[in-house]
Amino acid sequence: MQIVNPTTEANGTSTFEGTWWSAFWQIFFRELRRFSRRPIFLMIMIVAPLTFLWLFTSMMGSGLPTKLPAALVDEDDTHVTRQLTRILGSMEETRFVFETTSFTEARQAMQRGEIYAIFRIPKGTTEAALTQRQPVISFYTNDTYYIAASLLMKDMRKLSELAGLAITRETMRARGFTDDQIMGTIQPIVIESHPLGNPHLNYSVVLSNLIVPGLLMLVIMLTTSYGIGIEWKQRRQKELYAMGRGNVPLIVTAKLLPQTMLYTLVFWVIDLVFYSYLQFPCACGIPRMMLWGLLAVLASQGFGLLLYEAFPGYLRIAMSACSLLGVMQFSLAGFSFPVSAMDKPFQWLSNIFPLHHYFLIYVNQALNGYHISYVWPHVIALVALVILPIVFMYRLKDAFLNKEYRA
Amino acid sequence: MRKPKFPIFHVWLDEISELVKDEGILIFAILLPLAYPLLYAMIYNTETQRELPICVVDESMSARSRDFIRRVDATSEVNVAAHCISMEEAQELMRRRDVYGILRIPSDFNLGLWRGEQVVVGLYSDLTSMLYYKVEYLAVVNVAQELNRNIKVAKNQTYLTRREEQLARWPIRFEEVKLYNPAGGFAAFLIPPVLMLILQQALCLSVGMSMGRSRERFRGLVIPPNKHYKNTLAIVLGKGLVHFLLFLLMAFYMAVCVTRWFGLPQLGHFWDLVGFFVPYLLACTYMAIFWSSFVYRREDCILLFVFMSVPLLFLSGVSWPGAAIPPLWKGVASVFPSTWGLNAYARIQGMGASIGDCRSEIMALWILAGIYFLLSCFFYMFEIRKAVGRTVFN
Repeated sequence: MQIVNPTTEANGTSTFEGTWWSAFWQIFFRELRRFSRRPIFLMIMIVAPLTFLWLFTSMMGSGLPTKLPAALVDEDDTHVTRQLTRILGSMEETRFVFETTSFTEARQAMQRGEIYAIFRIPKGTTEAALTQRQPVISFYTNDTYYIAASLLMKDMRKLSELAGLAITRETMRARGFTDDQIMGTIQPIVIESHPLGNPHLNYSVVLSNLIVPGLLMLVIMLTTSYGIGIEWKQRRQKELYAMGRGNVPLIVTAKLLPQTMLYTLVFWVIDLVFYSYLQFPCACGIPRMMLWGLLAVLASQGFGLLLYEAFPGYLRIAMSACSLLGVMQFSLAGFSFPVSAMDKPFQWLSNIFPLHHYFLIYVNQALNGYHISYVWPHVIALVALVILPIVFMYRLKDAFLNKEYRA
Repeated sequence: MRKPKFPIFHVWLDEISELVKDEGILIFAILLPLAYPLLYAMIYNTETQRELPICVVDESMSARSRDFIRRVDATSEVNVAAHCISMEEAQELMRRRDVYGILRIPSDFNLGLWRGEQVVVGLYSDLTSMLYYKVEYLAVVNVAQELNRNIKVAKNQTYLTRREEQLARWPIRFEEVKLYNPAGGFAAFLIPPVLMLILQQALCLSVGMSMGRSRERFRGLVIPPNKHYKNTLAIVLGKGLVHFLLFLLMAFYMAVCVTRWFGLPQLGHFWDLVGFFVPYLLACTYMAIFWSSFVYRREDCILLFVFMSVPLLFLSGVSWPGAAIPPLWKGVASVFPSTWGLNAYARIQGMGASIGDCRSEIMALWILAGIYFLLSCFFYMFEIRKAVGRTVFN
């Protein structure tokens, strides 16, 4: 059973005096009063996104995870192998937390989740290397933890490669070659990698820039559906309709404007923290990113509204669809796993999500500083998400007049 | 029909009939755990990026540089999609997102190698996805190392035997073993934890929705004004049991069916999985019941729980390495069963660990289950008192 709160703001539900403007402001302030009565709403709209901003930027504060725990199984235990492992221990990603001579022990530590990798030097490695009998050293990474494993693998690979080269270098030095000559022989081709726009491979720069706005956009979608649908649930849709004198675009605009303003403000705070306080790369300037932020807010509102228009009256179905799709957009934005590697249907599907477009615009604008003309389809897509719900507003009008809340 | 004797059984039956009647709850209790894992597994099913288009700026134009390019093209990771004559042209292709990386071979490539100097080959990667950088770097470095060995051997032609040449090529060999995920794929790494997260989130949503439904039906009360709802323990156990049993079924659907269908790692022994699922689902169920005390309308639970999914995945330390998470956030994360559950499941199912290997996680889950159970009991005790007060005064 539903209790309808007695309302004071609408004196009667049939006729309203005054201009369109006054109707607009009436609905606008009605919405603001509604916020103030529901603290949970404000918490989800403001506190949650800002908490996530803090969470992700502090969690990934180090940029790239470094000094990840690994185990060393040095069965050989000579001064040569110790020198080798000292070098490895001094490398960026590796920290040996566990040294043992038994591989089984190391493997068990891995299964307990204490370490991400094992570096193993079998017995007789030094001897075999000195007598030219080609020893084999091995490293094991736990790819159940993908990022940690990839980072450790890079270090260990580099060291294993260098270990072999070091032997050749010593032989050549003994024969009287200069260091330049030696390097030209043992490593003639050097690869210099340039990760564009993010030279330190700072995960936080790109990941925070995807997830924090993404979470905000998810919250926007949900609250938009909720904010509109709750009118039906509380059976005040008729009252609202009369208040706006049947002008659906006016009603929707007046109703969503407070949210738009609030969310845009939150988005801009996020932008300022990212590009001004944390100094994340922003090649296009902060005002430009704020503009894209505004567009992203509007597009997300459009997405939420569109889903309610798809299921008018069915608030729960609309919100369920919003949440199921909204959570999926993080995967389909394609930062960790690229969209280009997914199957075709998912590549198409990714295009309906505002986050996907926002992310590509962000990469183009802030990270790479390219001209906006290269991502115009994505800008158009965001604009389309703002316009589409206006096209389908006749469904909302029908809902205002004929549809009741359905659980 | 005879009235059931035990209140717990009555509560249990009530909860089941609620569940079946309400399609909103059914979406989250049945559809979400059944369909979402399939969807996610399908997204990541391709496991890794193959044949990523890159372009090459060959300023050397020599037989050797062409050999280099051919070898890069032959790798499974990248595909040389375009040859550009200048960096400007290549950059234009990058901006248009026709290619995701540029390989630049300098004009002194051939000359430098003949002179016995080091030459520097540049690799410029698009960072829209970290994986782009990884696959391009791997492909190019592998080719360069291979060529380096060839050059080293060719330069020093005094080898008497083939074996001697092999030794010069590889004075020390190394083996690289990717344990538990030999393909280094994304699905094998991400899907098992995501399955567990789906369990927890679906539980929270369905419990929260049924709580909201009760509150809407019984004027803000979470229990019907009914003589069977007087015993706290009976209510908490009866309600919990419904969700626990349903999701136990779902858990095995994920651990067996989804895992088989998509060829995900399945090293877990049956009893280890049981020993994990029981505390995990208990902890999740009672956490859901406790958090749902904040749900006043059916739809509120969606607002409350949905957006937690992504942060919880990161806090668990499965995707972002746990060793790099600050202590404050580790503390926050430890109150959620998912943090422990995601790790324990990934280890049991993905790495063949036993319950004993995950001792600390399983223990944490039992403790959380206990705490949330007590909290739920307090909550219902409070609610029963409220309900009794209502019936007396109204």
